[in-house]
Amino acid sequence: MGIIKASKVVFEYIRRDEEGNVDSIQTAVDHVDLDVKEGDFVVILGHNGSGKSTLAKQLNALLVPSEGTLWVDGKDTKERKNVRDVRRKAGMVFQNPDNQIIASVVEEDVGFGPENLGVPTEEIWKRVGESLTSVGMLKFRRHSPNKLSGGQKQRVAIAGVMAMEPKCIVLDEPTAMLDPKGRKEVLSAVHELNRKKGITVILITHYMEEAVDGDYIYVMDEGKVVMEGLPKEIFSKVEELKRHRLDVPQATLLAYELKKAGLPLSEGILTRQELAEELERCYVNYSK
Amino acid sequence: MSIILNNVSFTYGEGTAYEMQALKNVTLKIDDGEFIGIIGHTGSGKSTLIQHLNGLMKAVSGEIYFNGRDIYEEDFDLRELRTRVGLVFQYPEHQLFETTVFNDVCFGPMNQGFDKNEAGLRAFEALRMAGVPEKLYYQPPFDLSGGQKRRVAIAGVLAMKPEVLILDEPTAGLDPKGRDEILDLIAGMHKSKKMTVILVSHSMEDVAKYVQRIIVMDEGQVFLDGAPREVFKYYKELEKIGLCAPEVTYLMEDLKARGMAIDGDATTVEEAKQSILKLFQ
Amino acid sequence: MLRDITLGQYYPGNSPVHKLDPRVKLFGALVYIVSLFVFRGILGFLLATVFLIFVIKICQVPFRFMVKGLKAIVILMAFTAVFNLFLTPGEHVLFHYGIFTITMEGVKNAAFMLIRLTYLIVGTSVMTLTTTPNQLTDGLEKALKPLSKIGVPVHAVSMMMSIALRFIPILIEETDIIMKAQMARGANFEEGSLIVRAKNMIPLLVPLFISAFRRADDLAMAMEARCYEGGEGRTKMRPLKYQGLDYGAYVLLLAYLGGIIFLRFFIV
Repeated sequence: MGIIKASKVVFEYIRRDEEGNVDSIQTAVDHVDLDVKEGDFVVILGHNGSGKSTLAKQLNALLVPSEGTLWVDGKDTKERKNVRDVRRKAGMVFQNPDNQIIASVVEEDVGFGPENLGVPTEEIWKRVGESLTSVGMLKFRRHSPNKLSGGQKQRVAIAGVMAMEPKCIVLDEPTAMLDPKGRKEVLSAVHELNRKKGITVILITHYMEEAVDGDYIYVMDEGKVVMEGLPKEIFSKVEELKRHRLDVPQATLLAYELKKAGLPLSEGILTRQELAEELERCYVNYSK
Repeated sequence: MSIILNNVSFTYGEGTAYEMQALKNVTLKIDDGEFIGIIGHTGSGKSTLIQHLNGLMKAVSGEIYFNGRDIYEEDFDLRELRTRVGLVFQYPEHQLFETTVFNDVCFGPMNQGFDKNEAGLRAFEALRMAGVPEKLYYQPPFDLSGGQKRRVAIAGVLAMKPEVLILDEPTAGLDPKGRDEILDLIAGMHKSKKMTVILVSHSMEDVAKYVQRIIVMDEGQVFLDGAPREVFKYYKELEKIGLCAPEVTYLMEDLKARGMAIDGDATTVEEAKQSILKLFQ
Repeated sequence: MLRDITLGQYYPGNSPVHKLDPRVKLFGALVYIVSLFVFRGILGFLLATVFLIFVIKICQVPFRFMVKGLKAIVILMAFTAVFNLFLTPGEHVLFHYGIFTITMEGVKNAAFMLIRLTYLIVGTSVMTLTTTPNQLTDGLEKALKPLSKIGVPVHAVSMMMSIALRFIPILIEETDIIMKAQMARGANFEEGSLIVRAKNMIPLLVPLFISAFRRADDLAMAMEARCYEGGEGRTKMRPLKYQGLDYGAYVLLLAYLGGIIFLRFFIV
């Protein structure tokens, strides 16, 4: 079993009227199966309202499945006694950088998690230093979060999770409110944690460029996993992605258009370099 | 009809420790019916610039002329200017406050002094223009989806019938489809209503695809100003100030570097496709 | 004007005042406030001034940061001064016109009241500028700990305070944006009668409240995700323990208070 495993997970938002009768049921997550290997970088794609955020909250036991079972590091999230372990093992970073920083000084915020876990003071300081270093924010340790850029704030939030020494980080649209520079900062910090520390990453996003470097992609729509596979496999299905209100990176789109126009390009082109190489190959053949 | 900025400068917190010059001697002419994109990294002065265009911020020095009149003249009505130069802020849905979508869109026209009927008519027209489905008109705006809320907020500005429409990152936080829908909507208004549109964006791809003219801001100054093809030729200079060109522009350069005789400086997927296909004819 | 509130704005530094235990600083602020209302006469005033200047000097926070807080209460100060000026009865009439009378005592009262208010703001801002909100609430929590025995949720209250302090600047900025956005739709916050103006605030207040609730919701979730379950079983990054410096500060504070009381009751 992988570090995260979901079996037929269903989550329903139930709306009740004033008398407590069920008014409407909205199935936000609909029979989802996941199996995430430890150390993987997994991307969950989906448009706004596709259920991806609701799923993310399940991974952290902020919500528990209405039906089905979800295991984080072998622990069933539905069991009340496992909640703390689940949250420690699978830390969570949210979309809005301002609304997840609790303290008014960077290092105090990073220490918040370990404090809650009852980690001894000296150990907290050690962890705070290490976590801030791992996201390149050590020199801002005494700054006020209000004076940081969006990308820096998100890196502080990531450090706050790292200080709890998780095995896995779930990031729920961490770049949606950032500018391109901030987006790059956050992405490279997350990739580095994945590469150097072997942290399992689950990145929830609707930016296609961020999914290209993932190990595995799940695409969600209407609460269901509608596509899954390697980036190459997913991005070769341009039409299908568009049906799910998504798109593909520009290089992939161009390759797709060129193929449609008759150029013999190979499948699954994701990056500019790949496309340039392919085009050169075609061009050489054509010139002959 | 035009907006002219003559040597406009603005400084935050003048005379305090936080003094920061946000605009430095900006001189610009924005003509009637243009579709302009403003790009620049965070803190380059984009937001400050657009808030000058409708008189929300007042320049420390320099003049701004709207249709030939100095907006800093004493008898110039700044509130009226704001109705003629509509500004849609970032995440505009956060400013919705009325009990229904319809009432919220009426807010602008009512402030302009129109009676209920006229304001209602304008609201209807604006909501239709913004593509809000009719069944949502009398719902609380807070119950709508993110994309719909944003349309309502844009309608709230359109209802004032502005001649110039400025949008600060109208696609922030939207998914790809939502983004395309909003941008198509904006482009449609530019085309059919002959509105002057100014789009502030972080996405080079979006700007390249839609606008006719790009203004690049850096450190409070106009760094580059021209058609997308012209501006993105300077991709190396853009990188120096923390920006970049669209992905396909780089691809074109890659292909040239590989010795392929490709012509043009494509900035959109469509242009790139045409240039590449020409190679194989 | 909203931006000028210094409350809750920590100014990073490494001065002895920064290093003091927050409980000492809380006590110090309290002592200082008390002393301002105890002192009378020029000597007491001098002592309070010297003490304030001394503390400001050693805390290494630029003076202008402290005075910034004053801007927010200029109106309150003006009111106080005017009331004192005109409403203090006394023998030495300086000026008389119709119902307006200014006496020597009035001038004196107004002057002292202004000084008191100024010192109060500056004095308390020394505390807020040199203590992070978290330390401050830690201090409060620990100082008020005995109250939790009688059922007062001391930890929850102090946590709430510290979060409120963190979000003040964010909400201020947000107010500014919403205000501008509504002005871009022709809203007018500056003209009209009091009732009209109050009504005109709705487009500002509703979005602000909604946003505050949304933030509160997000924040609660973020805290839960980081295993926050109330005060039980938590450890502290900065456990509060008195050092030599703290005892010294206590002695100094008590000496100061003694001095003020002495001047009040035995000299003047």
